[in-house]
Amino acid sequence: MNLPRLIVSASPHLGGPVSTPTIMWNVVGSLLPIVAASVWFFGPSALAVLAAATAGALVPERLFGRRGAPGDGSAVITGLLLGLTLPPGLPLWMAFLGGAFGIVFGKLVFGGLGQNVFNPALLGRAFLQAAFPVALTTWPVPGQDAAALLSTNLTAPLMSVDLADTITSATPLGLMKFEGTLTDVPALLFGTTGGCLGETSALLILICGGYLALRRFLDWRIPVSIFATVAVLATALHLVDGERYPGALFMLFSGGLVLGAMYMATDMVTSPSTRRGAWIFGAGIGVLVVVIRLWGGLAEGVMYAILLMNALVPFIDRITRPRVFGTVPTVPAEARP
Amino acid sequence: MGDLLWIFVSAAVVNNFTLALFLGLCPFMGVSGRVATALRMGLANIFVLTITSLCAWALNTYVLEHAPYLRLISFIVVIASLVQITEMAIKKLSPALFDALGIFLPLITTNCAILGLAIFQTNRGYGLFEGLAFALGAGAGLTLALVLMASIRESSELADVPDMARGTSLVLIIAGSLSLAFMGFAGLLSST
Repeated sequence: MNLPRLIVSASPHLGGPVSTPTIMWNVVGSLLPIVAASVWFFGPSALAVLAAATAGALVPERLFGRRGAPGDGSAVITGLLLGLTLPPGLPLWMAFLGGAFGIVFGKLVFGGLGQNVFNPALLGRAFLQAAFPVALTTWPVPGQDAAALLSTNLTAPLMSVDLADTITSATPLGLMKFEGTLTDVPALLFGTTGGCLGETSALLILICGGYLALRRFLDWRIPVSIFATVAVLATALHLVDGERYPGALFMLFSGGLVLGAMYMATDMVTSPSTRRGAWIFGAGIGVLVVVIRLWGGLAEGVMYAILLMNALVPFIDRITRPRVFGTVPTVPAEARP
Repeated sequence: MGDLLWIFVSAAVVNNFTLALFLGLCPFMGVSGRVATALRMGLANIFVLTITSLCAWALNTYVLEHAPYLRLISFIVVIASLVQITEMAIKKLSPALFDALGIFLPLITTNCAILGLAIFQTNRGYGLFEGLAFALGAGAGLTLALVLMASIRESSELADVPDMARGTSLVLIIAGSLSLAFMGFAGLLSST
């Protein structure tokens, strides 16, 4: 007798063409134009900082992570995103340390990809900001002598940074906050302003993020809700006191808001899993960004806003938990018809 | 009014007792396993902090004027005994409230956050209402930190945490990350 062969396996039995590495490498690919732009604006030291941060993320992932973990591309994303939030003249050992801290304490201690609470890139950035506040807020001007920037890049670990040959300037947000001058919106869109590697050209980041949104590799609700919240709040405040509060376009395109909204807030692991949750999450980030930028002691609040909302994600998931299919929501007795 | 609001916000988020000043870490580590428990712990904290603020204000104003060297010991004794008496009264008068807060009240009377509040309040020379705003803010901040920590811990309960990072060490790492995130509030409202 010839019985058909039965294969017993656990579900799921159907696999889609899109796997985690597919998504991750697509994100890496969409970051490449932004990387290219940062190299265009800041010269070879941009590439050096990005490479150091990525190496910092990859080394612990390879050493302590699951077997083959670096191959899924998520650590490369962490490294690139961290590098894009750093100033171009940063000593390379700091960039490396930030990447390693983000991966080890942001991801590996939670058990690796998919289980972390905080965005590893932002955690690494927050750590660097707390440990080296001066180095992290020294912003070289784009398009200057590459050799001067590279020499600050190559500062030996734990040595003080020599900034004698570097031309620095405040970021547009710093100028707004501490000197009360606004930068023109076109300059913000095309990126000819001081700032970290990835916060220069807002337009390019919007295009690259838009590609990911079209391919559904990021939840468009999150950036839309962040931009809408910031725009509404900034417009309302601008109407109340136009002297003190800048308009919506400046708030949207300055600083790291576009990069944060497109690439960091939308990290699939650390954002809410429900649609309603995504709207709440984005709105919370928008409110916190406006509050920290306008009333806080820091010029830029996108990183902290996203980290704080990351911490709230388990809570958001809990309150937006959908009804279990086939069950009836329990209605209080007096509300029944 | 704006002053009281500033004191409240400052104590709740900017100088959050747990995440910025690292006070009250024992309940933060110990009772943050479940959101429901953490919330009750937070409420008990608000309650005790409010009593503390009242006690400290009354002691400073009426009793300790000429004997400031007795401050520390009298704070501890008066606060602890008053909380004990309140606990007994609640047990008798409102069993439901006792069930919600009861077991936590005696646990936190000797907490550093409680004594910290009394000492901060004295050093900054807060009056009655300023002290109450400070206590409510500190309590709200503690509750916020506890609930955040508990929801994160619940969500990473099933995570594949490496052996060396299990238990308290993971809690400490999460606490450090939360603390880094709360640094974003540094200097909030201070310019206005």
